[in-house]
Amino acid sequence: MPWFLRPKKSIKNLELKRKSLPDGLWSRCDGCYETVFNKVLRENFMVCPSCEHHLTLSAWQRVSLLMDKDSFEEHDSDLESVDLLGFKGVKSYKDKLRDEQKKTGLKDAILTGIGKIDGREVSFCVTDARFIMGSMGVVVGEKIARAVDRSIERKVPLIIVSGSGGGARMYEGINSLMQLAKTSAAISKLNQAGQLYISVLTNPTMAGIMASFASLGDITIAEPKALIGFTGPRVIEQTIKQKLPEGFQSSEFLLEHGFLDEVVARGQMKDYLSKVISLF
Amino acid sequence: MGNEERLNFEAPIVELEKKIEDLKSFAESEKIDCEEELSMLYLKLEAVAKNVYASLTPWQKVQIARHPQRPYSRDYIDYLFEDFVEMRGDKKFSDDPALVCGFGKIDGKTFAIVGHQKGRDIKEKMACHFGCAHPEGYRKAWRLMKLAEKMKVPIITFIDTPGAYPGISAEERGQSEAIAANIMGMTTLRTPSMAIIIGEGGSGGALGIGLTDIVAIMENSYYSVISPEGCAAILWRDKDKASEAASALKIMSKDLLDMGIVDDIIQEPRGGAHRNFKKAAENIKASIFKYTHICENVAIETLLDRRYKKYRQMGQFHESPMLKDVN
Repeated sequence: MPWFLRPKKSIKNLELKRKSLPDGLWSRCDGCYETVFNKVLRENFMVCPSCEHHLTLSAWQRVSLLMDKDSFEEHDSDLESVDLLGFKGVKSYKDKLRDEQKKTGLKDAILTGIGKIDGREVSFCVTDARFIMGSMGVVVGEKIARAVDRSIERKVPLIIVSGSGGGARMYEGINSLMQLAKTSAAISKLNQAGQLYISVLTNPTMAGIMASFASLGDITIAEPKALIGFTGPRVIEQTIKQKLPEGFQSSEFLLEHGFLDEVVARGQMKDYLSKVISLF
Repeated sequence: MGNEERLNFEAPIVELEKKIEDLKSFAESEKIDCEEELSMLYLKLEAVAKNVYASLTPWQKVQIARHPQRPYSRDYIDYLFEDFVEMRGDKKFSDDPALVCGFGKIDGKTFAIVGHQKGRDIKEKMACHFGCAHPEGYRKAWRLMKLAEKMKVPIITFIDTPGAYPGISAEERGQSEAIAANIMGMTTLRTPSMAIIIGEGGSGGALGIGLTDIVAIMENSYYSVISPEGCAAILWRDKDKASEAASALKIMSKDLLDMGIVDDIIQEPRGGAHRNFKKAAENIKASIFKYTHICENVAIETLLDRRYKKYRQMGQFHESPMLKDVN
């Protein structure tokens, strides 16, 4: 790498926080506030070279991180959410959907399909935290249930990478809550069929996602320092009227309390998954 | 249960009722015939009540669902079930009084019962965290449901919670894991089950005991993915917009029946269950018998298949037919 492309590790210019950066070339790490060249970040799968903070990955970036090259075949790509409630908020749900689709280039908050990890086929799902906070509406629930069906049909393991700060999607009301039931019922079928399910938690995995399929893995792992839990930290702070301890609801906190099998850095994620699926 | 505490829109009704009572006792003590005045007042009461309750907004119905005098799970359990034997503790960590669990009989028939308990006096409310259950509550409920399955006894759950407990203790002990495990477990329980939403159906905390063959809701109860206040705070950035959020979320019994989320609405006495507890309890009893009878006449494999399909089909989406064939 040429010297002028290398991120300058020594400069911690916090004033940059206030200045806006030109789009496209540089990003600022949310962990150490250092500016990093985007190309370097992308090559490093959005892990900050200075502090190893794991920045948000898009669903497609996650596919190229974990799946063998050109092995991933997307399924159910045409499923689209409908405005079931005729939701009238500050913004209508229809407008919200259109904006999010434009912003992310995705139809909804999840990609599902069949791909390979070191030559072994898996049924793979990954949510995209940029699309209405990665929240689960009917489409996300349905696509997961179908991915489970594919896993059973093809007799291959299921891997779901979750990342959602929103949990169940408000705009679809009670129908979103019922997706907790739908996905959990599907995982139950997977268990009866004797297929392996690995749940991978990324920053953030909260609420309805965590209270359903994300918690139901046979093996559950998380990326370092991800926020994982049921109730969001702000709501808890309002309830108990005090600040939460450092590291509360982090991956490391969950590991310590017995709810994770391992905390795995992004760079080692594919090797870890490959090792687990090779066992069975 | 008295009617001392009242909601704003209940005021004219309560006032008229008081007038009638006063006039009655006055007529009795003075031995005067007030029949005519009384019947006039009754007519007026009828008209006022009809008017008030016919035009309640979703937000006002939420107020009824949260009414401080609304019957709680323990009230129904005490009234409906004989020989109630309570189960306590999850045998792992602790007991959670916010979820009452046990077995009892109606007309000689045994049922397993799980219900959220909000607490009537301040001491009980504190112990129950106002109906917000901890992971140990959900794990206790699971222990009861497994016993019900083993003994082939139908399960009745009473849902009445603002939501699962939002705090440090609950997070440390795995609130999401406890709820997820229950939701998944309930899909394959080999015994009939029925959930009755008797007040608040608060999101995951409700579904944690709510994945059942039959879901019935009492007329003035609600079931929602998020509280109207929570939704207002996120979308409108203003908690005072809860009334708008309550309408937008479509959380009332009629909406839920139309969307196929609940199977039946249990009628309440006019003005809500708190205005005539016995009538409300009798309606629940009739509903329990009707549905458990139906479920018990179905082979267990068929019941499980139906249960799975019911939840597998929840919600609609758009799919282009051409691409479907390719996949």
